[in-house]
Amino acid sequence: MALQGFGGVVAIVQREMVDRKQWMTRQEFIEEWSVAQIMPGPNVINLSILMGNRYFGWRGSMVAVAGILTAPLLVLLTLAMLFSGISNLPMAQGALRGMGAVVAGLIAATGLRMIEGLRDNAMGPLVCTALGVGAFLLIALLRLPLAWAVLGLGSLACLWAWRQIGRVEARRQAKARR
Amino acid sequence: MSLALTASDWSAMFLHFLTLSLLSVGGAVTTAPEMHRYLVSERVWLTDAQFSSGMALAQAAPGPNVLFVGLLGWNVGLNQGGYGWALLGLTITLGGMLIPSSLLMYMTASWGHRNRELRAVRAFKQGMAPIVVGLMVATAWLLSSAHTDAQRDGPLWALTVVAALLVWRTRIHLLWLLAAGAVLGALGGV
Repeated sequence: MALQGFGGVVAIVQREMVDRKQWMTRQEFIEEWSVAQIMPGPNVINLSILMGNRYFGWRGSMVAVAGILTAPLLVLLTLAMLFSGISNLPMAQGALRGMGAVVAGLIAATGLRMIEGLRDNAMGPLVCTALGVGAFLLIALLRLPLAWAVLGLGSLACLWAWRQIGRVEARRQAKARR
Repeated sequence: MSLALTASDWSAMFLHFLTLSLLSVGGAVTTAPEMHRYLVSERVWLTDAQFSSGMALAQAAPGPNVLFVGLLGWNVGLNQGGYGWALLGLTITLGGMLIPSSLLMYMTASWGHRNRELRAVRAFKQGMAPIVVGLMVATAWLLSSAHTDAQRDGPLWALTVVAALLVWRTRIHLLWLLAAGAVLGALGGV
């Protein structure tokens, strides 16, 4: 499975586990996926741990992670070694520079796509924008350590989200009572 | 570039990646700026070009994105000299990146599933979401601003913007874009 996933394996995992092998339902997959995304760590690795654990405990988790990493890692190292053989050629350097520019665009787009998911965020569009821009400034322009954004800005954001979720719920309950 | 990392340097690197692992909300890519800050700016164990080409190679290869972390360690080891060091570097960075978050995930596997409706879990998820967006764009920014020569790098920036728009707005397959970038680069277009 891992070898089929260019630029991300999740879509392939979903197709195999849900559609082909039918080891889990789509709903189960979405639930596991959302848990894997919340936690720190690479999402696909987290997902492998969850799925392996679900059926075979910690042994399953280890096997799933090894399975998703081993073959792609060998391919990547082979590529890197092949490339280092030609890395002095201006053409190879140019090609990699071009690919690097595309990768930067790809990562930006992955981030921009996630904006759609912010629509239902309890914090509202204004605060969300401020937080996103704030994280960008801290890391990209001020070049501060990641902990500033994740632990500093992140904990403020979580506290605020906690408060806002409470408000939304209180409003909903008030409405239900009426 | 040739380096002579001591045992304490390697363990410092391992420790650094262990902490990064727990900060990697939203995936490994959000920690790329921090790796760049640490490996390229602070410790000078990798050049800017090595960093970006590692990222590009890992994206062009199949498999989970997190493997770029291993490739960075591999390159640090190569700078030290030889494939033995490269393997050590790979084990240190990829292992450091994976072990803490994986243990945490394993220990909280059933808890997270049972409590996904809990207010604290939802607050964490919603609070972090906009920050992850900011971090992703910061990563892209950092990869692009590795090029500083405005004259030569104007087309590179344009390519990044075009690629971002295409990925964002269309369903074009990533490999086509990477191939186009490689061809343009090889022919000296960017």
